[in-house]
Amino acid sequence: MVKSKSAYSTPSKLGKLDTHIFVIWVDNEAGVLARVVGLFSGRGYNIESLAVAEVDHKKNLSRVTIVTTGTPQVIEQITLQLKKLVPVHKVANFKKEDKKVIFKEMALLKIAGNQGKIKKALNACKKYNPVILDETKKSAVIQITALRREIDSVTKNLKPLGLVSTSRTGAVAMTRGAEIFN
Amino acid sequence: MGKLYSGAEIVFKSLEDQKVEFIFGYPGGAVLPIYDELKNHPSIKHILVRHEQGAGHAAEGYARSSGKPGVVLVTSGPGATNVVTALTDAYMDSVPLVCISGQVPTHLIGTDAFQECDTTGITRPCTKHNWLVKDINDLPRIMHEAFEVATTGRPGPVLVDIPKDVQFAKAKYFKPKKEKKLNGKVQNKFNQKEIDQLIDLMSKASKPVFYTGGGVINSGPKASELLRELVSLTGFPITSTLQGLGAYPGDDNQFLGMLGMHGTYEANNAMHDCDLLINIGARFDDRITGKIDEFSPKSKKVHIDIDPSSINKIIKVDLSIVGDVAEVISATSKTLKKKNLNIEKSNKQKISKWWQQIQKWRTKQSLNFINSNTIIKPQHAVQRLYELTKDQDTYITTEVGQHQMWAAQHYKFNKPNRWMTSGGLGTMGYGLPAAVGVQVAHPKKLVIDIAGEASILMTMQEISTAIQYNLPIKIFILNNQYMGMVRQWQELLHEKNYSESYSEALPDFVKLAEAYGCVGIRAKSPNELDGKIEEMINIDKPVIFDCHVDQDENCFPMIPSGKPHNQMLLGPKDQEENKITGKGKALV
Repeated sequence: MVKSKSAYSTPSKLGKLDTHIFVIWVDNEAGVLARVVGLFSGRGYNIESLAVAEVDHKKNLSRVTIVTTGTPQVIEQITLQLKKLVPVHKVANFKKEDKKVIFKEMALLKIAGNQGKIKKALNACKKYNPVILDETKKSAVIQITALRREIDSVTKNLKPLGLVSTSRTGAVAMTRGAEIFN
Repeated sequence: MGKLYSGAEIVFKSLEDQKVEFIFGYPGGAVLPIYDELKNHPSIKHILVRHEQGAGHAAEGYARSSGKPGVVLVTSGPGATNVVTALTDAYMDSVPLVCISGQVPTHLIGTDAFQECDTTGITRPCTKHNWLVKDINDLPRIMHEAFEVATTGRPGPVLVDIPKDVQFAKAKYFKPKKEKKLNGKVQNKFNQKEIDQLIDLMSKASKPVFYTGGGVINSGPKASELLRELVSLTGFPITSTLQGLGAYPGDDNQFLGMLGMHGTYEANNAMHDCDLLINIGARFDDRITGKIDEFSPKSKKVHIDIDPSSINKIIKVDLSIVGDVAEVISATSKTLKKKNLNIEKSNKQKISKWWQQIQKWRTKQSLNFINSNTIIKPQHAVQRLYELTKDQDTYITTEVGQHQMWAAQHYKFNKPNRWMTSGGLGTMGYGLPAAVGVQVAHPKKLVIDIAGEASILMTMQEISTAIQYNLPIKIFILNNQYMGMVRQWQELLHEKNYSESYSEALPDFVKLAEAYGCVGIRAKSPNELDGKIEEMINIDKPVIFDCHVDQDENCFPMIPSGKPHNQMLLGPKDQEENKITGKGKALV
């Protein structure tokens, strides 16, 4: 065996990685997003997508939704570390596969091409609540809401149909039924 | 309408209301209004350091030896960046610090103004929380909240960045609220069921061990008393981390010594072979666990900690109790007594076997070294220092390296808050300024910084602070002319390629001491050591003691990297014996 020259131990085997969605309620104050994001980058956690906006103006609360992957231990650490941040009020986290939770992303897709192409493009989007936000003879801006992988596949299919620009949000999440995150 | 106060006045009024007696700082352009206000507040004494890092470490020494938060005052830009090392150090070792920094006026923020830096941005990852005060009306609330965050839960540093115009602006002041909830950040929610589970595990265990850490110290002197009671009630062996030393008497028979990379043979083997491991206020640091996969493989593990994020972070545990250590121990002892479960008696047979095993490990005498008549062995120097100072209430700080480990191994602590060392961050240059802070908190006590010649040069300038305030700290340098720990690793792991670890061009420490206006003492041979140590103790001035020690000495025992606890590398004596039997070679 080769002798280790490191003052640190060698890494042990990584566990199974799961995708989780974190919903974090924070005070809407200067630097709060940097604290949340800095915690992820500083501790080597990964951010797949991020969505944040104020949800309660009176209470000055913002809701951050972060999609991340990690081993069960890492996911637990992220939860506990987030809870330690002073402006963080509440942290919820659930698996991507969780059936009790709705999970959506929005995308704006700009198609440049003739009417035929635009029509085909619209057709390709029809399962994802397409809304035409802007239309000219040679272009259209289509808004869709869907899951991440659905948007991935739509954009792939739209490439030959004149997709010239894509703008996507991070995922947002909401529980089904009357219950709310706790 | 209430009276209006300037931002600078509000800073001092809140410091007064928080019962702050000392601040460690260094003035500069962006904090001048606060320094101007200092004269009006005689109950607060300012200690002028020589470098802002020194202010931070001095405040750490003050905080750790007194149990009160340390307060630091620095200017913007370089003042703030210089204190970052100390903030990070305090963050890693859970030391409560409140750092107040000046900032350029609000309208200049973001313009790359003179001595401007993004202080809150830079210190965000090394503080529990920080604030940039943009509105004077927020200042009283933020000041009080800063103390609250720093001192509650798992303690740590915070920083309040105050732009110069806010220091001049005026607002109303209000006193801190007596009871304030910090949106659930303070965790003390354990229940009796968890205590009962712990006691159940304790009564079933036949090879139990307590593994205690800095959390016991941070929980206050009461926690140490309660720990002693619990340990004697159970009859279990106890080992401690570097930061936990002093919580349990170092010379007690139930104490196995420090564990970890340079811990004792008996402590590490007990950790490896135990069937119940009770972690109280420690965090399974990588210097403690060694190889994670083979860490204490046969044991049920219990973790008592105030910080929920410490639990299951590195080692999965079977029972976790989140709460203040003192309260958890107290609840445990109470329940033990109430149930009249004298574990020591009921478990005596099982545990006595365990103790026999521990005695066997003890016969290895893993801290032994081969002493010399001609050259001072560093371990011998620490032992003599201990013997000659143990009769008085002595406070020890250290720098980082071999000397730090020898101090931890050979100096026995009987009380909490007597041992200040940089463990998590491992900051060379910590010990001298920390000693300044300790001496400020305890002016009549003997304060010794056990140092190395390389570390001490990193913050040497603070000896000037000690002179200015008549702080008779003793700097005891184990001078081996090497960055000893670096040299040791190079010897063991890098084929003796001593790359850049020799301390070239060292100053004459005795002359240096004289230049600063303190006393220099040099010891070169073992027969003069005792006399010179006594001389040092009796001088009521700062002393730099240049103790020339064996250059080749290594710090043993040690767990080589990537090895579990039961594969320790023992000292030269044992290695020699093992050579004959051919056993120990595999370990090297």
